[in-house]
Amino acid sequence: MNRRQVLVGSAATLALPALIGRAAAQDGPLNVGFVYVGPVGDYGWSHAHDEARKKAQEHFGDKIKTNYVENVAEGPDAERVIRQLAQQGNKLIFTTSFGFMNPTIKVAKQFPDVHFEHATGYKTADNVGIYNARFYEGRAVIGTIAGMMSKSGKAGYVGSVPIPEVVRGINAFTLAAQKVNPDFTTQVVWVNSWYDPAKEADAAKALIDQGCDIISQHTDSPAPLQAAEQRGVYAFGQASNMIDFAPKAHLTAITDNWGPYYIDQIQKQLDGEWAPGNIWWGIEKGLVGIAPYNDIMPADVKEAADKVKNGIASGEIHPFSGPITDQSGEVKVPEGDTIPDEQLLGLDWYVKGVQS
Amino acid sequence: MTLVGAATPILLAALGELVVEKSGVLNLGLEGMMLIGAVTAFGVTFTTGSASLGLVAAMAAGAAASMIFAFLTLTLTANQVATGLALTIFGIGLSSLIGQNFVGRTVSGLEHIFPAALADDPIGRVLFGYSPLVYISLIMTVLVAWFLRRSRAGLILRAIGESDEAAHSIGYSVIRVRYLAVAFGGAMAGLGGAYYSLVMTPMWADRLTAGRGWIALALVVFASWRPLRLLGGAYLFGAVMTLELHAKAAGINIVPPEFLAMLPYLATIVVLTLISIAPSGRRNAAPACLGKPFRATG
Repeated sequence: MNRRQVLVGSAATLALPALIGRAAAQDGPLNVGFVYVGPVGDYGWSHAHDEARKKAQEHFGDKIKTNYVENVAEGPDAERVIRQLAQQGNKLIFTTSFGFMNPTIKVAKQFPDVHFEHATGYKTADNVGIYNARFYEGRAVIGTIAGMMSKSGKAGYVGSVPIPEVVRGINAFTLAAQKVNPDFTTQVVWVNSWYDPAKEADAAKALIDQGCDIISQHTDSPAPLQAAEQRGVYAFGQASNMIDFAPKAHLTAITDNWGPYYIDQIQKQLDGEWAPGNIWWGIEKGLVGIAPYNDIMPADVKEAADKVKNGIASGEIHPFSGPITDQSGEVKVPEGDTIPDEQLLGLDWYVKGVQS
Repeated sequence: MTLVGAATPILLAALGELVVEKSGVLNLGLEGMMLIGAVTAFGVTFTTGSASLGLVAAMAAGAAASMIFAFLTLTLTANQVATGLALTIFGIGLSSLIGQNFVGRTVSGLEHIFPAALADDPIGRVLFGYSPLVYISLIMTVLVAWFLRRSRAGLILRAIGESDEAAHSIGYSVIRVRYLAVAFGGAMAGLGGAYYSLVMTPMWADRLTAGRGWIALALVVFASWRPLRLLGGAYLFGAVMTLELHAKAAGINIVPPEFLAMLPYLATIVVLTLISIAPSGRRNAAPACLGKPFRATG
């Protein structure tokens, strides 16, 4: 791209805030800010958000100007970056990581005229809306595939940080796999980071050494996939289609498609109709997608996966429908019930078969 | 296997830094030089299809980056700590800029040097199944140890690190030797970085090294500036870095993973403390001129 990206990349961690989004025009296009937790080149989470930003920019053309800051640490630094974007004339700011929640709320209080949209959090305000994706729906699809493709019945799961979002994914994956293989287990290794390719690769290798023959990940780099490719086991991509990194190992990926939501919200801002919302979209709305299946998957596996995907989209299947037992064997959800959204949002226990 | 993978790049980078520090220069820019090496290795391998060429280019790029540092600190006598930190920031930005077009691409990486019959054999691979860089790192450890302890050039380098004034007064070119040492350090850091983009995860991603340069720096102190101790330290650090993952994968939860992630740094603090309270710290102490600028007089 250009020199600005280098400067902005460094600015995220250093005191060079003046370089961020210089074009804070008064009467020009609408300035829209984005804050990313990782580099846009991670090919995962931040990459997907940035692809969506580009789509929005393309859609609106000269009517808007998007500014972004990548590699923003979840902590005091985030608050500084968000405030900086607000000061520089961004009227709508998307903060795209769970850890930006409190900084967003704090800065929002100081800038009542600026609108904020926080991804994956739960706190709202008059000028703060929240949005999230039901990634667990996608994880139920790949869990189904894992249950059918795994010979050992043991999946390895490279976890990032144990927040409800990740716990939900692990549970949905395991429950779906157990529907096709009741003895299926999921072994979790936490790397305590969203993005650390070397450690993610090592975690995947450690899991494979322990007999896991299928790897799922909730971290943002394709490194676990490459480790799986090297060791000849299967794996799933995260956030975008990662097949190029592991042509043999990559069965499919959960893909994030934030574009339509960003376009929707920016349109509302342009029309003066923005209001703080709280949306949680999934497969049905296309926010969560499934990448094309690898050709090595047998037809019956593809069929079963499609059935789950379509069932979720139509509302016939809910990944968290009972009976569900937790790790200690206690029945948490009786047959016929499903876990309501409020509880799903704060999910902090594992289903039976998860080893963490 | 993962232990070797975690240990090798930090061993390579730390070996270079050890020689740099033995000459009396403190280069904190390891992380930046490793990243420049990583992106260069990937870029050249991707473009030419030759991983060996990628390795050579990574060394050249690391050395070139270190020359910026050398010019600023040795010729212009800028503050070494500040310049080293600036080199890291520069390396992060530059590698990200160069790497833009490589995001999402892959290369086939380094080939095994031993025949497949040995490298893929379940028993044989314990000895022969590693990346060539692993063997290079071991050979380099021995070479650096021999160079510093046995060779005349190594003696001069150490003398300059201990007393630059004295070495200068008897006719050795302090600045020239330090330039060479810094270039060597840069080349080794570049090689360490190449391990990430060619072996560990054959791809380019921003900040691929994820702070391992700092661990390599800590390792030099941990090893109290001795190459063979550095080798042991690198494998110990590698073990600690992968232990938490293996413990977790095996379902063992003894201590929180955050505690294990902290261990390499904790070990460094403990060693530093022990060194500083040791009564006769001569053998373990840092080179006397470490980090001090040198201006030729007379």
